[in-house]
Amino acid sequence: MFYRENGQFKSSYAADQQIFAVAQDRYAIWLIVALAFLVVPFVASDYTFQAVLIPFLIMALGALGLNILVGYCGQISLGTAAFMAVGAYAAYNLQARIDGMPLLLALIGGGLVAMVFGVVFGLPSLRIRGLYLAVATLAAQFFVDWLTTRAAWVTNHSSSGSVSAKPLAILGWQIDTPMEKYLLCLAILCVLALAAKNLVRSAIGREWMAMRDMDVAASVIGIRPMYAKLTAFAVSSFIVGIAGALWGFVHLGAWEPAAFSLDRSLQLLFMIIIGGLGSVVGSLFGAAFFVLLPLLLNQIPHWLGLPISTATATYLEHMIFGALIVFFLIVEPHGLAKLWSTARQKLRVWPFPH
Amino acid sequence: MTFKKAKLAPLALAAAALAGALFVPAAHAADQFVPLLVYRTGQFAPLGIPWADGKQDYLKLVNAKGGINGVKISFEECETAYDTAKGVECYERLKNKNGGAAGFDTQSTGITFAVTDKAPGDKMPIITVGYGLSQSADGKVFEWNFPMLGNYWTAADSIVQDILKKEKGSLKGKKIALVYHDSPYGKEPIPLLQKRAAKEGFELTLLPVTAPGVEQKSTWLQIRQQRPDYVLLWSAGVMTPTAVREAQATGYPREKVYAVWWAGSDHDVKDIGAGAKGYNTVTIHNTADRDKVHDEVKAQLYDKGQGTAKDPKELGQMAHTRGMVISMLQVEAIRTAQEKFGKGKVMTPEQVRWGMENLNLTQERLNELGFGKIIRPIKTSCDNHLGTDWARIATWDGSKFVVTSDWYQADKSLVEPLVKEYAEKYAKEKNVKPRTCS
Repeated sequence: MFYRENGQFKSSYAADQQIFAVAQDRYAIWLIVALAFLVVPFVASDYTFQAVLIPFLIMALGALGLNILVGYCGQISLGTAAFMAVGAYAAYNLQARIDGMPLLLALIGGGLVAMVFGVVFGLPSLRIRGLYLAVATLAAQFFVDWLTTRAAWVTNHSSSGSVSAKPLAILGWQIDTPMEKYLLCLAILCVLALAAKNLVRSAIGREWMAMRDMDVAASVIGIRPMYAKLTAFAVSSFIVGIAGALWGFVHLGAWEPAAFSLDRSLQLLFMIIIGGLGSVVGSLFGAAFFVLLPLLLNQIPHWLGLPISTATATYLEHMIFGALIVFFLIVEPHGLAKLWSTARQKLRVWPFPH
Repeated sequence: MTFKKAKLAPLALAAAALAGALFVPAAHAADQFVPLLVYRTGQFAPLGIPWADGKQDYLKLVNAKGGINGVKISFEECETAYDTAKGVECYERLKNKNGGAAGFDTQSTGITFAVTDKAPGDKMPIITVGYGLSQSADGKVFEWNFPMLGNYWTAADSIVQDILKKEKGSLKGKKIALVYHDSPYGKEPIPLLQKRAAKEGFELTLLPVTAPGVEQKSTWLQIRQQRPDYVLLWSAGVMTPTAVREAQATGYPREKVYAVWWAGSDHDVKDIGAGAKGYNTVTIHNTADRDKVHDEVKAQLYDKGQGTAKDPKELGQMAHTRGMVISMLQVEAIRTAQEKFGKGKVMTPEQVRWGMENLNLTQERLNELGFGKIIRPIKTSCDNHLGTDWARIATWDGSKFVVTSDWYQADKSLVEPLVKEYAEKYAKEKNVKPRTCS
């Protein structure tokens, strides 16, 4: 009822194959994108940009990259933060070593280096899978932790081992206000999310999903496991690498290796599990859940004027957040994306639930 | 299937609450707002708790005494758990609150790096007493950073001077090992120590310990093999007691261990007790001592049940005293600013910055404040944001730290070129045009 599809006929292949087949969905998406680009920049405060929206966008990008690997191709990875770190440090090095390196090229270069790195650490996936692969990707995490703290050339011989990004600029556009940083992240997320959505709908995406669902059967019907798995690692690490570079350049500005610790890897993995495995929009939901909710929980006692100490508030935040994760996983093991699609289906058929 | 509204209700509620919360404009008040970034949870909490309590206690004391020329201080804590991203969020949340924060003491090296980048744009002073970027002492490049009283380079230099004294002025052929937390924090003293090693002719061995530092067996095995004459300890949190216990287990004399100030808090060695006897730490000025301010805090707050710490015994611990010193410097900067921009008014962050840059705490003033024995006179200027870098060595006698050395000041001929070199490098990387100080 809310989604009246009467009269929406598809008379061409193009119409049949578009991402959002229902007109209302299409309008809603355009509306959301328009709001994000044209309205949010004028109404949100600097705090909202820097502490909420920018981390959300970057984490959503990271979760999207990880979702391709874990959600679509079924290769569990615990080394996401390592791929982020590779992207960030590679982009930093490109800028530090090549004079006048444009920001966008540095970001893409960071993504490409992360891609190579991802493929190398994806090689074990050809022989092992599941938990064993998770442990192998953990090795990537430890390797990068070691590399970024010990190899001086990674940090361009910084005395303390921490690095900082140069001022951000694209073709003369100086990106220094929070609003401009937000627009940069938003634009990159939109482009990459669209690309990812199209990839997972195409032949290569179906190969990934076939590998995920049953790799033996997939290879029997002619899907090359090596090609499918390594492309998933490549695409995933590329996106994650760009997310890492943005995290370092845009969100933190200056960072130390601890910014890409194992905690971050686990956080991203939780994001896609909560958000919904194998779903592009699920990555956004998961990132929103993980970035916004702790902030909210942390602020609530303060707004209510409860006289509890900072430490207690933090422990409460952890407890409630943990309980909510368990709650959502029990009511909907397939994540928030599934919850959303169920709701949408209900709205389509309401009031006749058949 | 029935539509389970219950599933969606919490989501919708959360979304609505969040939307409402994010667009609420900040309220203005006639109080001077001091944000307090703290870590009361996480792996460094044992240090973070007394530190945070000290910062808050001093602000409460100022309020109890009527504020700064009548201006009361309002403060709000924000938990960072020593995590850079969380710290950045706290900074963003609090910087514009109540008409603008009076500056941030970030309590973390990582957060300092991140906010140093943002501070010039936000016009927000960053005060990092005893930590942070060592090169930010150069006020020409780092207009908004105030690493007052000392940094890791001056700490390392004071330690080497104390060792030199013990060795009767010569370290030729000696071996000194640096056991450090493998993070930017732990690596900070290395450039200075390398310079000192070249000058004095001692051999410097670098022994990194992976964070959080509970795994140090191999490090101390190396120490047992190489038998360095002294061990410098640049540790934090759980790494410190572990190192002292390992030294005890290896039979390495604790008298030859020198720790940086963050590894020299009572709680680090209290449980080891006599096993840590002889363990040395350098102090920022003389923060191991007690002075009138402690009695005042006790009388005004703890005796009335208004103290921040749960256990009044925390009062007088080094970390707690450091917290009070930090707050005192902030308060005095605000007071200094008021003298120029109007007494009894709330200062903007820019005005507070001016106050920090023109701070002049004489001995009389410090005595008046009750810090006379704890810190020496400090005077900042446009190109010197450090003030003066006095330090003393304190030694654990089995139950408490006692000051065992005279005053030291870092060798300017070593530290100043380093500050200049690294500040110039930073300015070049960031396209910062150093201002002129005349």
